[in-house]
Amino acid sequence: MPKDTFVEKRDYSLTGPSAQRAIELGLASAQWYHSEVPRKVMKELMQRRDGPAIRDTLIWFALLGLSAWGGIQFWGNWSCVPFWAVYGVLYGSACDSRWHECGHGTAFKTGWMNDVVYHIASFMVMRNPVSWRWSHARHHTDTIIVGRDAEIAFMHPTSIALNILHFIGVVDVWQWLKILARNATGNLNAEERNYIPDAEVPKAIFWARVHVAIYAATLVAAVWMQSVLPFMLIGGPRFYGTWHMFMTGLIQHGGLAEDVLDHRLNSRTCLMNPASRWIYWNMNYHVEHHMFPMVPYHALPRLHALIKDDLPAACPSIPAAFAEMVPAILRQRHEKGYFLRKKLPSSARPYREDFHQTAPARSDKGK
Amino acid sequence: MRWITVCPVDDIDPEDLAPFDHAGQSYAIYRDEDGAVFATDGLCTHEHVHLCNGLVMGSQIECPKHNGRFNYKTGAAERLPCVRDLKTHPVRVVDGMVEIGMED
Repeated sequence: MPKDTFVEKRDYSLTGPSAQRAIELGLASAQWYHSEVPRKVMKELMQRRDGPAIRDTLIWFALLGLSAWGGIQFWGNWSCVPFWAVYGVLYGSACDSRWHECGHGTAFKTGWMNDVVYHIASFMVMRNPVSWRWSHARHHTDTIIVGRDAEIAFMHPTSIALNILHFIGVVDVWQWLKILARNATGNLNAEERNYIPDAEVPKAIFWARVHVAIYAATLVAAVWMQSVLPFMLIGGPRFYGTWHMFMTGLIQHGGLAEDVLDHRLNSRTCLMNPASRWIYWNMNYHVEHHMFPMVPYHALPRLHALIKDDLPAACPSIPAAFAEMVPAILRQRHEKGYFLRKKLPSSARPYREDFHQTAPARSDKGK
Repeated sequence: MRWITVCPVDDIDPEDLAPFDHAGQSYAIYRDEDGAVFATDGLCTHEHVHLCNGLVMGSQIECPKHNGRFNYKTGAAERLPCVRDLKTHPVRVVDGMVEIGMED
């Protein structure tokens, strides 16, 4: 296809023809490939602990408090900028990984601790805590299956401008606030009702109202104080501190395959610096996480060491991940069915072609 | 009721489970931390994932795909996204062998 022509826009809705096609092809709720790990070892890896997440959460809250204090203390002076820069990332980016791990119920051993941090992080990241729990369950059932997965970041042909704007939250904050406001009025659309059971709908409406009420109170405080300071503390970090969340989030699946049943083909593991790994709670081990979602974040490095010989080589850094992802995404805008097919080491079992050869428009691409 | 032999009881570690397929049905056979034996349907009621790769914690089995949990002694769904209970089955140990009870 010529470079100036984009591929036809795919139907990514959960209620349209793609959803029907995914079911017909056996891509919905299907059996996925996973690397072999001895049962005893896997049991050990899956064990829950409170210690690591309590430590990390105390550090998180302490740093949030300290950076917020500095931001307020030096407000009106350039000295406040570094404090807000730190606060912004801790709020607007670290919230995503805390939401994610606590939603899985793997961060803490103690159930209520997962629930409390999950709700705090859901508010920070501006996600309805009920809706997104169900959408993420679907993301794990049908990872990057078009018509089934509600969390596909790159919808082909993807808009480059939109993805750049995501780094400052402009588009998604507006979209997600509109969703929260709509849910708060008692309205869940057909897509949401596709993955949220009826019994959970009242809870989704309740929590949307709680979130909207807090934002309304923040607005009242800002008007009363004649200052944007309340929004620097609440909500605002989703603009000025969200860049790390998108930087790490985009490389999870970007440039890789759609409609396959082998996470080695549609997910990316990327080695990172310790600070990013702490902010991201080890979700850089993304292939491992999708293959074995019950393994807590603190055990993912050990899992990676165990199965890495069955996986494509991990990207050595975030820049390296972008270097391989961006050209692939640009090519996907013009070439239907293209994806970055990462080479497996000789020690790995081959990609399970039989699982996904039925998906059309890909059989002769990306090889 | 017919009793079908599953496996030697020692093949299942305490606080663990094993899969068992019979007549086209999947079952999960558990031992709790005291060694007592229990049995349920083998597939999660949420997305039909086999529970045999899940984690036994106390009286709960956690689904390996979405981390939903059931009480494997009662079958009760105890953590989202599982909302429908799991069917339990009678089970016993005879001469060191686990047997599961099937309706005639």
